Amino acid sequence: MTSATPPTGTGALAKREARLAWTLLAPTVISVSLVVILPLLAIFWISFKPFTLSDLRPPAPVVRESLRGSGDDLRIEYRLRNSSQEIAIDGVTLSDVLPDGVVAGDVAAPCVLDGQDLFCDFGTLEGGQRERIRIPVAVDGDPDAFEDVVEASEPRLTGSGPNVLTNFEFSLENYARVFDGAEFWGVLWVTLFYTVFGTIGALVMGLFAALLLNKSFKGQGVIRGLYLFPYVAPVIAVAFTWVTLFDPFSGSANALLIQMGLTSAPINFFGERPLALIMVTVFEIWRYFPLSFLFILARMQSIDSSMYEAADMDGASPFQKFWLLSIPQLLGILSVLFLLRFIWTFNKFDDIFLLTGGNAGTRTLTVNVYEQAFAISNIGAGAAVAVVILLCLIAFSFVFFRFISREEGL
Amino acid sequence: MRKGFITGPVLGALWLVIISTTVSVTMSFATGAAFRPQVGLSLIWGAVAGLTYVAFPARHAPARLAISVLLGLSCLSGLGPVLIGPDTTLQASLTTVIAVAVVMHLSLAEILKELPFTELTRHEFEDAVIRFCTGFGYIFFTAIVVIPFYVMVMTSLKSQQALLQNPLDFSVDLSQGTALFRSYTELFRDFNFGTYLWTSFYVSVLTVFITLLFSVPGAYAVARFRFKGQKAFSRSILLIYMVPMIVLALPIYIAFSLTGLRNSILGIVMIYPVTTIPVALYMLQGYFRGLPTEVEEAGLMDGLSRLAVIWKITLPLSLPALASVSLYVFMIAWNEFLLAFMLLDDPSKFTLTRGVTMLNSSEIPRQHLMAGAVIATLPIMALFLGLERFMTKGLTAGSVKG
Repeated sequence: MTSATPPTGTGALAKREARLAWTLLAPTVISVSLVVILPLLAIFWISFKPFTLSDLRPPAPVVRESLRGSGDDLRIEYRLRNSSQEIAIDGVTLSDVLPDGVVAGDVAAPCVLDGQDLFCDFGTLEGGQRERIRIPVAVDGDPDAFEDVVEASEPRLTGSGPNVLTNFEFSLENYARVFDGAEFWGVLWVTLFYTVFGTIGALVMGLFAALLLNKSFKGQGVIRGLYLFPYVAPVIAVAFTWVTLFDPFSGSANALLIQMGLTSAPINFFGERPLALIMVTVFEIWRYFPLSFLFILARMQSIDSSMYEAADMDGASPFQKFWLLSIPQLLGILSVLFLLRFIWTFNKFDDIFLLTGGNAGTRTLTVNVYEQAFAISNIGAGAAVAVVILLCLIAFSFVFFRFISREEGL
Repeated sequence: MRKGFITGPVLGALWLVIISTTVSVTMSFATGAAFRPQVGLSLIWGAVAGLTYVAFPARHAPARLAISVLLGLSCLSGLGPVLIGPDTTLQASLTTVIAVAVVMHLSLAEILKELPFTELTRHEFEDAVIRFCTGFGYIFFTAIVVIPFYVMVMTSLKSQQALLQNPLDFSVDLSQGTALFRSYTELFRDFNFGTYLWTSFYVSVLTVFITLLFSVPGAYAVARFRFKGQKAFSRSILLIYMVPMIVLALPIYIAFSLTGLRNSILGIVMIYPVTTIPVALYMLQGYFRGLPTEVEEAGLMDGLSRLAVIWKITLPLSLPALASVSLYVFMIAWNEFLLAFMLLDDPSKFTLTRGVTMLNSSEIPRQHLMAGAVIATLPIMALFLGLERFMTKGLTAGSVKG
């Protein structure tokens, strides 16, 4: 008797299912990889290139055509120039078709005339170089009428400058600039301070708020909704409100502090070193404690109440119940939240950018990307900072997945 | 430490400091007059009050009422917990006195309840401390949440002069009628805010639709089908969460500049959904996993195709989840700042957030900026308060994205 063996390999049904699954996923995969994977590769590419904001418009030849003069001295003029002041353009040619009724006279080098077809070869156009071509012409008819006809025919131009983005020259200059000197370590220190204290602060505040609301009473829903406001409101609205509130001249916070006798002169909260960094961290805590609060509260409400009843029977005091029951139960969600918030605070850009613009010692890595790329208009250097951020994130996500897979079974 | 005659005065003293600070700040913000909490005197008065409340355990004992009224009235003499400035109106002073006395009595009676005068059990002591912390927590959190929003709304109603004269005076002069809202009318009239509001609205709605269109099939596939790479896929969704926007914004800026998509609403509508699809996918797949498979299998047995099952069974069952996801995505799109800031330069195409950023210049008065902030905040708040349950659920499920 032969023993029955279960079928091995993938069955037809499973194959069909997998196919359908990928069909359903395809739009997402394609769009996300277009906008996430591709840019990430682009960032690596750009970070090795001396690419500035002005390179976004590559140098190109520009031409103006006009009919000038009158009577015998009638001529078509082409004025050609290089749009860039520094970079040379290779292989510059111009070709145009003279309209019917226009008879050209002698054509000088570098142009040749073949019937009505004009072709000029300029070779290389240096940065800032200008060329002028005059072609004497005779027209049968009113020159003024021909002006429009002549100028209507657009001359075709060829020639391109070196495109920094697509050539294969690489340099480590951007990285050298980014890692140069004390500035980088300052930025790194600010980032770490902001991330660590922002994360821990938001978690502790969230835990406190969750403890407050972990009982049902009238109006609990309203208060819970109220405490979520900082997180739900648009960041620009709350950031500008904070700036207004803490303004050194017309801010209410300073007026209040002076009135209460806590300070004699107005404090420039967002303009002084170390205070500005502390303030942006406080803002981060203020804005994100609702998120931790929501999660911790959800976890608290799912803790089995019989455990607390048993503890009551054993005569445990409220503090003991908190430390020995609630905290161990919440440890899982707290650590997941810590990791996630850590990564997200590390990535935060809007808040600091809106509050201080990265001034007064608040420049984090993400703000530095913007600063390098747009304020100093060196996109390559910005990309290099972005690569540094990505490397940090890869390290974080490694920790994250080792940890999360245990916690949430993902 | 665990003696009634020690715990009572200590908690009472600390509590009165909190109360006097709260009352001073509230009165200052409400009237603009000078109020100052006196920490030293508050500690003394509070200790005395605490001792009295512990000594007389009846809830509304005459001695309890007497000490509260006394410390309230002492504010008028300058030796009370709150120092009232000389130019304060009688009305405001009396309000302060009553507020301090009433709040102090009610809250202290609640905190110290029937705490015995001598030895305390561990439970009694810890319960009192917890009640104290709870009271402090409510005041603290409510203050830090309410004050910025209060300042935002009130500043938008003031005039430039009034603001500079006394930054603390947020009293509203109702007699000026509609002139109160002059910042708002100017924003809508001179700064095109009507257009921005509309642009933000339809960009957000489009984002929601496109996101759902992409993420519903995707989430269903991840949740229901077994295929190679499923695990890697759900992980990479989370990984994409972790890429900071500014890192993506840089190449997107370059690509959009080169292709001419920068400065167009089309570009914004193309890019917003991609930032929200991973979040929506993550939220929805969690929900789909929780749905019983039996219903769907019954549908399959009855001859429906997979797509028909999704359309006729799964989607109707997951309407609440779809609502949560839509709201959450709407919120993200409405609040989005970075991409709008980098990609839009043309004032006729601004979204609301980009429009508000434009107001942040030294030439434009502060109250305009705050009015802009209010305009940006109000719709999302209204939506949030109206559909709080969905929103809270969405926030919890959307979990990680910040």
